[in-house]
Amino acid sequence: MQVQEEKVIYNRAGQRVVSPDYLLFEAPRTKHFMTGSEAVKEAVKRASVDASVSYPITPQSEAAHLIGELWVEGYVGVYFRGESEFGVMSEVAGCAMAGARTITTTSGPGTLRAFENFPMWAGTRIPVQLVLMARGVNSPLSIQPDNLEVGFLLDTGCMIWYAENAQDLFDMILAGFVVAEQPSVHVPVITVVDGFFVSHTREAIMLPPDDIALPPYNPYKAPMPVIDAEVPPGRFLRDPFVMKSNYISYATHASWQWEVRAAIERSRPFAKHYLRGLTEEFGDPEAELVFVACGTAAAQSKEAVRLLEDEGIKARVIKLKTIRPFPIEELRQAVKGAKYIFVPEFNVVGWLEREVRRYLYGHSDAEIIGSPRVAGGMTMPAEVIVKEVLKLTGKEVKHVL
Amino acid sequence: MSYKIYEINEDLLDVMPQEIRDLQFKATWGNPKRGVMDLPYSKELIEEHSLCAGCPESMALRYIIASLPNPEDTIIVNSTGCTSLVFPHIALHTVHSLFGNQNAVASGIKRVLEWRFPDKVKDVVVLAGDGATVDIGLDCTLQSFFRQERITTICFDNEVYANTGGQESGMTVKGHVFKMAPKGKQWEKVPMWQLAIDSGCHYVARLTVSSPKRVETVIKKAIYVAREVGPTYVHLYTPCILEIGLNSDDGLDEMRQRDKERFAFFEYMSDAAKEVIERKKEEGLI
Repeated sequence: MQVQEEKVIYNRAGQRVVSPDYLLFEAPRTKHFMTGSEAVKEAVKRASVDASVSYPITPQSEAAHLIGELWVEGYVGVYFRGESEFGVMSEVAGCAMAGARTITTTSGPGTLRAFENFPMWAGTRIPVQLVLMARGVNSPLSIQPDNLEVGFLLDTGCMIWYAENAQDLFDMILAGFVVAEQPSVHVPVITVVDGFFVSHTREAIMLPPDDIALPPYNPYKAPMPVIDAEVPPGRFLRDPFVMKSNYISYATHASWQWEVRAAIERSRPFAKHYLRGLTEEFGDPEAELVFVACGTAAAQSKEAVRLLEDEGIKARVIKLKTIRPFPIEELRQAVKGAKYIFVPEFNVVGWLEREVRRYLYGHSDAEIIGSPRVAGGMTMPAEVIVKEVLKLTGKEVKHVL
Repeated sequence: MSYKIYEINEDLLDVMPQEIRDLQFKATWGNPKRGVMDLPYSKELIEEHSLCAGCPESMALRYIIASLPNPEDTIIVNSTGCTSLVFPHIALHTVHSLFGNQNAVASGIKRVLEWRFPDKVKDVVVLAGDGATVDIGLDCTLQSFFRQERITTICFDNEVYANTGGQESGMTVKGHVFKMAPKGKQWEKVPMWQLAIDSGCHYVARLTVSSPKRVETVIKKAIYVAREVGPTYVHLYTPCILEIGLNSDDGLDEMRQRDKERFAFFEYMSDAAKEVIERKKEEGLI
């Protein structure tokens, strides 16, 4: 009898390397109780991460501390505290250019301090992962949950994924590296969660064992030359394009920006596979009342669906897991038969409502309502959502909430 | 590695342009004793440049690139400004990312390369102007010194924002009239070489580029010390002849004049740096 031998490969931390599919879908999982920040640590621990640079800002600091602990334990190769978010995002860019799988974290004002770096990341085609724990931006000073900053990030050329809870976050961080590092994609991924609601809340989470990990990043599969002097130098990207003022240089710059967006489009099939769909549906599939939401707003909408059910009103939630790429076809299909589309959000401008309107224009007769909308740290109790829905749809109610 | 990466496939040799073949057969790879004396006889790693005719910065770049002891394993990080016009013409790995973040990017690259290639020497050298180094990028510059990053930082000080049309910079001399300082600069030139010493650099030099051989010596010292000890800083006067109203053949005279005053040669080294420099001299490498 012939015994098939499988070669076992270990990463630098001594963990057994397994396929992304095995780690995400097949490995046995056990139940744990932890915060979103701790879920970040658990994901990084299983992701064969090469480098991370940190900077303190509430509410992401704990996640950054925990990555530092992983560095001490040998799970992360390079780790240090940078001088500011601008410096940190440049340092992680350097790490990624030099061939490292790189992750960092930030929040609110830190995102804005770092901002110039994000389009640079995308243009440099580095698959950096940023875990963004969304928080209000100044002024006035706020450390509370608010996701206005995500609206600013939409057109930076980075993929933007949105996790609802710690479980989502754990799975998305692992999937994020896998999708971002596809040679045909190779752009940064920003994995968003709502600060405090997810980062600081303890919940049940299913984890695979910690002695297995993702295959290490192979920088030589990257579509751009890695800056390590082991390959011939690339003369075309990591230098500025507009070195000559002529039509070709303008066209080159323009087409490169198109290419970055095209790379995000090419991430769809990979994201669909590793996230098990770009959207998730909850509630009565026949319901005419639909919530389109992401993150905590999606979680609260699910609660609202349960409350509405008690009132005899059928409702459902379409949770968006990715914002870039935007799940255009999924959303258009899912809202067929909808009469009311509510877009509850944790920011004052309603960036998700704008996105939903943009992609449903001409594709749905439903009334799109950007409500309820809270900001600056306000919570969004399910009862508030229900009240808003009943008011705006003119439904009769048996009792007043 | 890796000057082998510049070797051309034999079958393609006859169709390759002369300047590419020269990079293989006439460039100075794999020889740490290479220097400015090779310039007339070898293929330079700068193919050409798009700076003004007679620009002293172009001289500085040629001398520096000719003096790198390990070009085949050197990463250059640059920034926005006149210097960024040159980097696409250099046959080495160069990175441009933003204006002012060069020392942060270099820190990330250096740390990852040390981790990925623990048994190899990979030099990381930052080349940027005075605006990038001292004004917009001062935080990243000094912080990389505080953190003792093993990188060499070279500042081309032309005392003005030249690429954007001649605005006052922190390195402008007090009293000089430039755009954005129409009444003349109101405050003193930033003593960046002193800040570098106070911030933890182990080797610091201030000079003009009037003497190619002196530039070579300084660059080699700075790179060897950065490799073994910690951050090093080289401050070069590369006047913008355009903005101070000189002709294209006046650059050298301008630098020679300043050699006698505010850019008089100045050198600082820590004890650890001194040890490295003495050893490299004994090995005949400086």
